[in-house]
Amino acid sequence: MSIEWETVIGLEIHAQLATRSKIFSGSSTAYGATPNVQANLVDLGYPGILPVLNREAVRMAVRFGLAIGATVARRSIFARKNYFYPDLPKGYQISQYEQPIVKVGSVEIVLDDGARRIGITRAHLEEDAGKSLHEGLGKQSGIDLNRAGTPLLEIVSEPDLRSAREAIAYMKKIHTLVRYLEICDGNMQEGSFRCDANVSVRHKGRREYGTRCEIKNLNSFRFVERAINYEVARQIELLEGGGRVVQETRLFDSDRNETRPMRSKEEANDYRYFPDPDLLPLALDAAFIEEIRGTLPELPDQKAERFEREHGLSRYDSGVLTASREFADFYEAVVGMLGGEAKLAANWVMGDLSGFLNRDNLEIGQSPIGAKQLAGLLARIVDGTISGKIAKEVFEMMWGGVADADAVIAAKGLRQITDTSAIERVIAGVMMANPAQLADYRSGKDKLFGFFVGQVMKATGGKANPAQVNELLRKLLAG
Amino acid sequence: MTLTRRDVEGIALLARLEISEQELPVYVESLSRIVGFIDQLSTATTEGVEPMAHPLEDQVQTLRDDQVTEVDHRDRYQGNAPLVAAGLYLVPKVIE
Amino acid sequence: MSAAEIGRGLRAGNFTSVEVTKHFLERIDHAGKQLNAFITVTPERAIADAARADARIARGEGGPLTGVPLAHKDIFCTEGVLTSCGSRMLSNFVAPYDATVVERLAAAGMVMLGKTNMDEFAMGSSNETSWYGPVRNPWDGTKVPGGSSGGSAAAVAARLAPVATGTDTGGSIRQPGALTGLTGFKPTYGRVSRYGMVAFASSLDQAGVLAQSAEDAALVLGAMAGHDARDSTSVAVPVPDYAAGLGRSMKGLRIGVIREFFGEGLEEGTGRAVRAALEGFSAMGATIVELSLPNLPLSVPTYYVVAPAECSSNLSRFDGVRFGHRCKDPRDLLDMYKRSRGEGFGAEVKRRIMTGTYVLSAGYYDAYYLKAQKVRSLINADFRRAFSEVDVLMGPTTPTPAFAIGAKVDDPITMYLNDIYTIGANLAGLPAVSVPCGLVEGLPVGLQIIGPHFAEERLLAAAHSWQLVTDWHRKLPPMFA
Repeated sequence: MSIEWETVIGLEIHAQLATRSKIFSGSSTAYGATPNVQANLVDLGYPGILPVLNREAVRMAVRFGLAIGATVARRSIFARKNYFYPDLPKGYQISQYEQPIVKVGSVEIVLDDGARRIGITRAHLEEDAGKSLHEGLGKQSGIDLNRAGTPLLEIVSEPDLRSAREAIAYMKKIHTLVRYLEICDGNMQEGSFRCDANVSVRHKGRREYGTRCEIKNLNSFRFVERAINYEVARQIELLEGGGRVVQETRLFDSDRNETRPMRSKEEANDYRYFPDPDLLPLALDAAFIEEIRGTLPELPDQKAERFEREHGLSRYDSGVLTASREFADFYEAVVGMLGGEAKLAANWVMGDLSGFLNRDNLEIGQSPIGAKQLAGLLARIVDGTISGKIAKEVFEMMWGGVADADAVIAAKGLRQITDTSAIERVIAGVMMANPAQLADYRSGKDKLFGFFVGQVMKATGGKANPAQVNELLRKLLAG
Repeated sequence: MTLTRRDVEGIALLARLEISEQELPVYVESLSRIVGFIDQLSTATTEGVEPMAHPLEDQVQTLRDDQVTEVDHRDRYQGNAPLVAAGLYLVPKVIE
Repeated sequence: MSAAEIGRGLRAGNFTSVEVTKHFLERIDHAGKQLNAFITVTPERAIADAARADARIARGEGGPLTGVPLAHKDIFCTEGVLTSCGSRMLSNFVAPYDATVVERLAAAGMVMLGKTNMDEFAMGSSNETSWYGPVRNPWDGTKVPGGSSGGSAAAVAARLAPVATGTDTGGSIRQPGALTGLTGFKPTYGRVSRYGMVAFASSLDQAGVLAQSAEDAALVLGAMAGHDARDSTSVAVPVPDYAAGLGRSMKGLRIGVIREFFGEGLEEGTGRAVRAALEGFSAMGATIVELSLPNLPLSVPTYYVVAPAECSSNLSRFDGVRFGHRCKDPRDLLDMYKRSRGEGFGAEVKRRIMTGTYVLSAGYYDAYYLKAQKVRSLINADFRRAFSEVDVLMGPTTPTPAFAIGAKVDDPITMYLNDIYTIGANLAGLPAVSVPCGLVEGLPVGLQIIGPHFAEERLLAAAHSWQLVTDWHRKLPPMFA
């Protein structure tokens, strides 16, 4: 008899905070600079140099805490995490350990089988390390410390996630949230949003957790999914083969699609955390926190709920539309200009617009068709100038350059035929050209109605108003 | 409490300090004495006492504005570095 | 001549800063090697600075310190000048910036003569741990000058410089001040910026002055103190005019005498000199109260947990990657770390790094580090209680006068116990000063005055009053008279 296994996952997400300068220094955080030109004396850990905390990084952490309904600590402490690594200039990372700035919150994730609340243990401020480069330097590695000292918010979930899919849904939720809050650009390719996954398995129904492995530095949703699935399979195979899981840190190799132990972490680390004597306790007063609360935007869950309530959209549609703030704003602008027609707007934003954006690998902010232009197009469907089918053609032409729907409709003669006598003339021609089908229809073959609709639409190049065609055909075919 | 050779070797590794065979017994002896000396702390009654990490207890962290104030001084700073190439600090190959 | 007297002479036009600077450079040249007080002398820069100061004085823009030479402890970063911290690790390190203390004293017009020798990374009480060799006490060349600011103390005691900066983590200004007959002032933690001061133990380190008199200390301290946005532990309390407050009367001053400071271990002559000083204050109208700080005897073990813990972390940045010593031909990364650090640090620094690593490590943190932080609280509470009853505390600075070079190097615990009277003020962040109060067999001893936070003025006034009625601070080492 085979045992049923349950997967247990906790994520540690590192969100790079979108400050201009570093967490403890006035160096720029801009991505992609020449090596080490954005590493000043603080970032290099020079003798005699001291850290001074960036107010904006603190504000951003508080924004996140408020958004997940967490406790924002009135007093938090910076600690030193001590270990030697060439990209860690001081030989310690300034982080928060026993007293983080954000404690105990949660977010809701929605899956096909319903919604689940995922606990967030804590979120704390810390500095990023630099980068080690290994290519083309022979027996050496090169150290670039531009990234050293970049502010990070480490968001630690409870081990509440039960599958790779849930982990992805949770990670996407946090990704959405940090971008709504404008505290992180969410750029995963540049490493602005990445995570470590703690993965273990246990017999279903057991209370105690299995031994976990930590998979480091996953920087895409796809890698998170593949790494977790590989790791779960590896652990189950190991356990079913009578082996034991060893607690260790592993790396995901995306080329080989597998995880392997990290050699540099083989030696057991003892981080010797202690309060950083260079940084006094961070004290936040109620006024500071409330002032930040007042600047919070409408959050994705609130927005989705409003779309359901006010626009009559389904929960699924609302969720998709609010996955990014820009997307939701685009949709709302279209609805606003149309003066309603929420479902129509939602379908177009989630359908054609999303499809074209994906095809061309564009962000919504780069869309050649803006909210105003899309609203202009949809207005022509609403007022019957064109059919939905023609609208798709118009949309494609607009995407290609002429962004104005009316101009495309006029230039290409796509205006819908709504003149009854004109449609009647076409119907008469179709009936004359298909005597056999007409006879069959009249002898009871109702199914042929569709055939005649098709012929009429073909003859009008799709421009005939479908409702009128239906009505007139029914009358004329009946004889 | 006394420390063993193994203890001292472990501490030296954690602290990344090369200690020679000749030096090792000297450190075992002196560190053991220091540990014995600081063991006196166990005689103090500290139940309910808040640990003190900083001498000015009522001071709190001051914050700076989020402004880029630094300019590039890479070449000057790298003048102090033992080994650089192409703007990178070089170290023996790091194995992840 | 004291720094204040030189300043007055410069402004009166009795001599120029260039002349004064040359005078001190010559003295360094003659006596410097013998005492080993300096690691680096910067004559060209000094003469150039002095010429600028003379021009400033000529324009009538000079302040009380403009044109007055000084020496900096080699723990302060000085742009373009070797900043070695007494260590092989930094024996090739040219700082690319000035410490706030250096910057502020330069802004006051002071002329830097050079950088003084010190215990390696300020870890020592005898100046014997320096990579550049021991410093000799000008009063007796076979004796230590104290440490870790031993070079600064020897330089001022031998009048190779009128005044010098120092740093005090567990007594490193007051103890050498006492052993060389100087006024050694350690301000309240946070009073002077630590920016640019190579860190030993960040929650204890504080910059201060080794001076010939309380008046000099007041002038120099006033110029270096104050909030600094680059050090978030520096405090935004306004800096009073310390020199203006020197004349305060001792009448009615409540002096607490710490019973624990007069027990076993206090050398007889030193005890006698300190008691005589207390009688002197009594004669000036102060009241003397004996009181007890019961947790104070634990200050040395507390310190030898807290300071090594912080130092083990602070010194991790010396890894041979971005600055400092790197070993030859490392086999791999671990070898580079271990040998660079093993070669770059001396025995005492390694011992403290290992002690600190041990007390922070898993399984020992609670028993040592956390426990020490709690005992630190108890000691702090003892001081608070004392200062609710008295205005200042007084006692000896050191248990004995200067001891022989080599006498204690092999015995860390005995060496650590030199700081038994000074460490408490560091743990509680209190201002404290050592003033000369006698000679014992030809060697100076000091009276320590400790005050509550930000009571610098009160301490300076007490030290100054004492110096108005005594001349211990005017006595010179016979060889340098």
